[in-house]
Amino acid sequence: MGDIANSLSGAASLIASGDATLASIVLLSLKVSLSAVALATLLGLPLGAAIAVGRFPGRQGLIVLLNAFMGLPPVVVGLVVYLMLSRAGPLGDLGLLFTPTAMVIAQTILILPIIAALSRQAVEDAWVEYEEQLRSLGATGMRAALTLIWDIRFSLLTAVLAGLGRASAEVGAVIIVGGNIDGVTRVMTTTIALETSKGDLPLALSLGIVLITLVLAINAAAYGLKEMAQRRYG
Amino acid sequence: MTMRAPTSILPLAVRDLSFVAGGRTIIEHMSFELAAGPRTVILGANGAGKSVLMRLMHGLLRPTAGEIAWSAEHAGRKQAMVFQRPVLLRRSALANVLYALELADSPRPGEQARKALADVGLSHLADRPARVLSGGEQQRLAIARAWALRPQVLFLDEPTASLDPTARHAIETAIDAIHAEGTKIVLITHNLGQARRLGDEVLFLHQGRLVERAPVDRFFTQPASAEASAFIKGELPWV
Repeated sequence: MGDIANSLSGAASLIASGDATLASIVLLSLKVSLSAVALATLLGLPLGAAIAVGRFPGRQGLIVLLNAFMGLPPVVVGLVVYLMLSRAGPLGDLGLLFTPTAMVIAQTILILPIIAALSRQAVEDAWVEYEEQLRSLGATGMRAALTLIWDIRFSLLTAVLAGLGRASAEVGAVIIVGGNIDGVTRVMTTTIALETSKGDLPLALSLGIVLITLVLAINAAAYGLKEMAQRRYG
Repeated sequence: MTMRAPTSILPLAVRDLSFVAGGRTIIEHMSFELAAGPRTVILGANGAGKSVLMRLMHGLLRPTAGEIAWSAEHAGRKQAMVFQRPVLLRRSALANVLYALELADSPRPGEQARKALADVGLSHLADRPARVLSGGEQQRLAIARAWALRPQVLFLDEPTASLDPTARHAIETAIDAIHAEGTKIVLITHNLGQARRLGDEVLFLHQGRLVERAPVDRFFTQPASAEASAFIKGELPWV
């Protein structure tokens, strides 16, 4: 019990003092995960919508693939990106391995299927309701997909949040492609893993508290936004 | 007779039309012609094939056999449809009309959208989110959206099915006004009073077949087919 109490009070004072190391780790985490979410949203939403609205050979296979890839193991994604970006790899010349950019790439690949698969489902449900009306008005293909995305934008927030949750919580991918280098590629989850094994429990615990608080705050804000939109737009 | 522009998509010729879905024949060898002018009401019991027939004419469904021949090219852009349950976008009432006009490459969408809203008496709600309007207002908005496109043919699938009498009256007034401007009205209704008020001629469907076609008055007073008499008796047992 003493250990936990000590760690907790240590964590509290670290957070309260606005410790510089702590702050830089939190900032980098946010930067990496939010960039990955932005990229994956930009690619995943239109992809999901296109699959929802489109009729093409291999569509069902693609849906199964996307759904399966929602559960991609982060370490495997990390390994594949590592192989791509390592010196001898096809993209080795870019010199991206062990940089935050590499971490963004890995997380984007990790959460793209989540955002695409969940938005595919949401858009497809909406399409059932909207299809005849939109076709009657002459909206088909990409035009119809964009209309749907915009019309259910607040529901799609859930898909984006699922991606953000996954990105901010995973360790495996970022630790492999980022290398967990102090001051360069160390993020909340990798630091927690490292400091726990080193025995620096206050830092690990304070990062854990910050991480959970952030995730809670983001979800609360998104929920509030959705509720407001529901009342405002019906 | 109404004056017709040289590019009229009417008359519409439906020839030997059949539609099968999931092994069930819904429309069976149907042939008829729809001319510009008279308001056509499609009547029949549930499952007679009314909605499917309308969707086939409007191009939302593809015939299994037979053909739907309009008299001019690009007929799809010169017709509009109002559904039983209007699907409105999560944006303002005005923006819903604008959306349809922009899809149709309308030259002055803003002006036309405002005029269409005024025509159905919704100007004061132009900036309200469409989905928070009442059921009757939503349906009037759906009619404004269709009417803004200045279609030559307006299909209406039970537009007042779930509305109260006041809202129904507002819709009927709007449909009358649209017809007065020369638009062909094709209406499905279960309300025989409405059929009498809004219709000039009746297409009576029974089990996927066109059983009777007659002017409205004659259809109700002297139905020629046994199916039609039974239908009218069933709907209006006191007559």
